[in-house]
Amino acid sequence: MDKNMVTNARELTNTEFFYGHKACAGCGGSLAVRLALKVLGQNSFVSLPPNCMSAVGFLFPQISFVTNAIIAPFAANAAVLSGIEAGAKALGLKDHHVVGFAGDGGTADIGIQALSGAIDRGDRIIYICYDNEAYMNTGIQQSGLTPYGARTTTSPAGKNLPGSIKMKKNMFEIVAAHGISYAATASIGYPEDYLKKVSKAAQCESTSYIHVMAPCCTGWGFPGERTIEIAKEAVDCGLWFLAEYENEKFTLNRKPSSFSPVKEYLMKQGRFRHLGDDDISIIERHRDHKWEKMLKNWDS
Amino acid sequence: MDRPKVVKYKEPERAEDYPVGATFKAGHLVQTNSGWRTFRPIIDQDKCIKCLRCFLVCPDGAIDKSGESLEIDYDFCKGCGVCAHECKVGAIRMVKEGADEDGR
Ligand SMILES: Cc1ncc(C[n+]2csc(CCOP(=O)(O)OP(=O)(O)O)c2C)c(N)n1
Ligand code: SF4
Ligand code: SF4
Ligand code: SF4
Ligand SMILES: [Mg+2]
Repeated sequence: MDKNMVTNARELTNTEFFYGHKACAGCGGSLAVRLALKVLGQNSFVSLPPNCMSAVGFLFPQISFVTNAIIAPFAANAAVLSGIEAGAKALGLKDHHVVGFAGDGGTADIGIQALSGAIDRGDRIIYICYDNEAYMNTGIQQSGLTPYGARTTTSPAGKNLPGSIKMKKNMFEIVAAHGISYAATASIGYPEDYLKKVSKAAQCESTSYIHVMAPCCTGWGFPGERTIEIAKEAVDCGLWFLAEYENEKFTLNRKPSSFSPVKEYLMKQGRFRHLGDDDISIIERHRDHKWEKMLKNWDS
Repeated sequence: MDRPKVVKYKEPERAEDYPVGATFKAGHLVQTNSGWRTFRPIIDQDKCIKCLRCFLVCPDGAIDKSGESLEIDYDFCKGCGVCAHECKVGAIRMVKEGADEDGR
């Protein structure tokens, strides 16, 4: 195996690069940032658009990013990353990584055109979308990656609507459709798999994209200690999946022989607790349809 | 223990004391997070099998693996309980802050 691959906790450095941040206790997004930076190391240039991780990481005079880091305009994170890479190249820098951490809102909605441009140009940047399935930093508004049935402040659940009435955007497939060199989905509930994918992205000569499921205890309504459990269960019940796209091919990294009950996953979270059996069947049918397509068209 | 430390911060008194432009020192910690804790994780070193899972999944990176045994940086641990919940052998207990090691 490549000497630069980090695949477990033993190989992971003890040094922290995202420390003393003010994320909620048990925040999944902060673990996604922490682990990625531990793989990428001190020579990283980080850019984040406005989101929870920038809010909790830059609280002047407390700066929790130990690496170089900047907050980009919301729509422009990928463009700022491209600019940093161009600058680093002009300075003749080597052995560095240019990495971005954007939320689901900052990726699938507001930042999508800048991301598309960077992938199209093939700029050597690592773009990590930490998906907490809503605009959390501004108080839980629905995004293009909010799943069906989730209660948010802009998709309230009531007599007429079950919360969000649309499914998640297929962001991973949208990125892959560019013909990107490397894209992957991950979950902090499978941290070793995530470390491996960040290591792979780090070795990529062109644009790479990782979409990591990062539960938000505050916005999803579960006790903070359960963050890893929920992130793992999202994969085990089939509502999230672990996959890669490289050499123009999709590969499923994990193919559960049977799914854990969707209802159990949903009922652990306040944002879904209002759902009835009819809504849960809609969610299950959509899951089955997605898996049917993935199993038919992707390697596994 | 090898974890970033808090530095003493001098409040700016005059305009010249503020940083120039929107830039500031990276990894500059002036305040701990220990006051957030209601419960404090305590590792039972006899039970611990050093699998490093708690080190891996702590969202705050507050568990240090550089020494003989794992050590928690109580300056920055928020008491979220992720480590205790994820430890497969039950080697981490969450004890109410202010109580002694036995929770009394
Ligand atoms: C142009 C612009 N529009 C809106 C905002 C307000 N805003 C700041 S953070 C945020 C939410 C970001 O959501 P997401 O990208 O999912 O990240 P999260 O907060 O969930 O981590 C919003 C709407 C802004 N800062 N700039
Ligand atoms: S609101 Fe959610 S994403 Fe934001 S810091 Fe808290 S737990 Fe993390
Ligand atoms: S998870 Fe438990 S057994 Fe593993 S290193 Fe931590 S305390 Fe020890
Ligand atoms: S309680 Fe939470 S913050 Fe404290 S060491 Fe455990 S996982 Fe880390
Ligand atoms: Mg979000």
